[in-house]
Amino acid sequence: MEQQTLIYLVVGATFALYVGIAVWAKAATTGEFYTAGRGIHPVTNGMATAADWMSAASFISMAGLIAFVGYDNSSFLMGWTGGYVLLACLLAPYLRKFGKYTVPEFIGDRFYSQGARVIAVICLIVASVTYVIGQMTGVGVTFARFLQVDASTGLFIGAAIVFFYAVLGGMKGITYTQVAQYVVLITAYTVPAIFISLNITGNPIPPLGLFSNTVQEGVPLLVRLDQVITDLGFNSYTGHHTNTLNMVLFTMSLMIGTAGLPHVIIRFFTVPKVADARWSAGWALVFIALLYLTAPAVGAMARLNIMETVQPGPVGAEDGSLAYEERPDWFRTWEQTGLISWTDRNDDGRIQFYNDRNEAFDQMAREEWGWEGNELTINQDILVLANPEIAQLPNWVVALVAAGGLAAALSTAAGLLLAISSAISHDLIKSIINPNISDKGELWAARISMTFAIVLATYLGLNPPGFAAQTVALAFGIAAASIFPALMMGIFSKRINSWGASAGMLSGLIFTVVYIFIYKGWLFLPGTNQFPDTEEFWVLGISPLSIGAVGAIVNFGVAYGVSALTKEPPVEIQELVESVRVPRGSGAAVDH
Amino acid sequence: MRQENTDAAAYWSANLKLIRNVLIVWALVSFGGGILFRPLLSGIEVGGTDLGFWFAQQGSIIVFIILIFYYAFRMNALDRKHGADE
Repeated sequence: MEQQTLIYLVVGATFALYVGIAVWAKAATTGEFYTAGRGIHPVTNGMATAADWMSAASFISMAGLIAFVGYDNSSFLMGWTGGYVLLACLLAPYLRKFGKYTVPEFIGDRFYSQGARVIAVICLIVASVTYVIGQMTGVGVTFARFLQVDASTGLFIGAAIVFFYAVLGGMKGITYTQVAQYVVLITAYTVPAIFISLNITGNPIPPLGLFSNTVQEGVPLLVRLDQVITDLGFNSYTGHHTNTLNMVLFTMSLMIGTAGLPHVIIRFFTVPKVADARWSAGWALVFIALLYLTAPAVGAMARLNIMETVQPGPVGAEDGSLAYEERPDWFRTWEQTGLISWTDRNDDGRIQFYNDRNEAFDQMAREEWGWEGNELTINQDILVLANPEIAQLPNWVVALVAAGGLAAALSTAAGLLLAISSAISHDLIKSIINPNISDKGELWAARISMTFAIVLATYLGLNPPGFAAQTVALAFGIAAASIFPALMMGIFSKRINSWGASAGMLSGLIFTVVYIFIYKGWLFLPGTNQFPDTEEFWVLGISPLSIGAVGAIVNFGVAYGVSALTKEPPVEIQELVESVRVPRGSGAAVDH
Repeated sequence: MRQENTDAAAYWSANLKLIRNVLIVWALVSFGGGILFRPLLSGIEVGGTDLGFWFAQQGSIIVFIILIFYYAFRMNALDRKHGADE
């Protein structure tokens, strides 16, 4: 069947499935809208959490991030999974026991302060809105590349689908669509990976293939890869080339940022019991690991594949580089999207792909071989999207990858939109503006807030602010420096009072945001940064991406200091902390 | 009728001890094996590279999964022992 028809069929079928689920899983009460009635099985919730968590960035970009850098970007792998250990033992079970609907609600109640609750709402909205922009642009881009509609039309279609199941079904609809989306995205990710691993290493299991010998040369894949890329002046794949302190802090920031992201935390409110919240975190990580163990294998194999394609002969030999006319089909296809581009700097009609920022190598290449700079640029996002074509897989696999990219983006967008809308309807409207609102009224408020959030996300997806690419730093920085420490201290200390918590959250937040802005520009406006965003200007070599971990330390320190100097929390708050720590009685907390 | 306070306190301190142990292993495999101690592990070869690389890209994720299930399993036992289960 024609490629394009197949893509329409597969993507259309998945969309029909999501809409079908929405009709079946309508939410009738606020309890169902916010927490799916707390009736989700822990394995089901684990799968939904995996889809909720794995965004367009995990699906499309992560393998490329690893592939073009190697070991030094292992932070993404450890950081985005290690956070689940923190969730399982420091946050999820206790917040489930608390038994309310939102993350700011816990902060407001535990620190007996509407002010603390409002700070938490602001942090939640900023972190989630910046995060959702990336998902919406991901939807648009996937549509544009695979379905030959322009990005804005794609965005409207995606937003309409999300609107349907999120507004109707709330958490209940989102949970079951996320389960379906997980199945679509993990199939789309692993099927091409298995074929590539078979081609290159003969091992059908990609994570094992990563540490196996290549079929062609019979040497370990990573040895071969190191050799091929260092021959072209690149840094070795397996070597450590960056600042160690920064790598540790970056990994830590991603871990505590993951644990502090509200759209992930609220997924654990949907299981029936406290013990289920713990199991569910384990299942979530199992489902996430299927992709996260595959990604580094896909990265290394695709990098080797690309290098061997453009450098088929010995480096420096006259016919060692690939002649442009002989480039493979996938190269031609992706050239049209502008994600691969070639400029013939030395007019020899061949592709020289090497590291011209390696000065010694560049000079030698110019003198010895007549090379005049690197001629090829490859966008790291194409690795996953082009994989099926590179491995010459059948058309239906290409269609599956398109559906997988959309599933990853839509599932995360829906989770974020729910976190935003419940913060508005429950924490602002129900708690502050109109406490007497009926359950029915609040359900309508939640639906209207959701609609408002979708419109905002669509608008921002259509007109992405210039800083869209930088927002990951902001979302994780805020979650790590303000939300995570406040939640953890609320559970593990009875002494932290409202003054301490508010001062801690604010100082962690301000410290982190200011550090990001002085390197990336105030509100990310270009040209307003005090220092260039390069390693020699960073304090102790700590990049703005890694500062969230330091911000968290500031938050803990200030909160303890201020609390020690002011009055201890009232007795009923200390009793609340006691009750959160013991699982018994979480069923009663369901009907509040 | 029961000494509920002492039992709750014992339950909580047993939980804290378990969390401490889990987090020690959590930090050892990721920040330790994957980053800081990698030079010390460079002699141990895994599939063409060293053990530190394996921890950074594969080993720590596998250990994280085991840790969460271990914690959930041990906490269930603690819940029952201290009458805190549901």
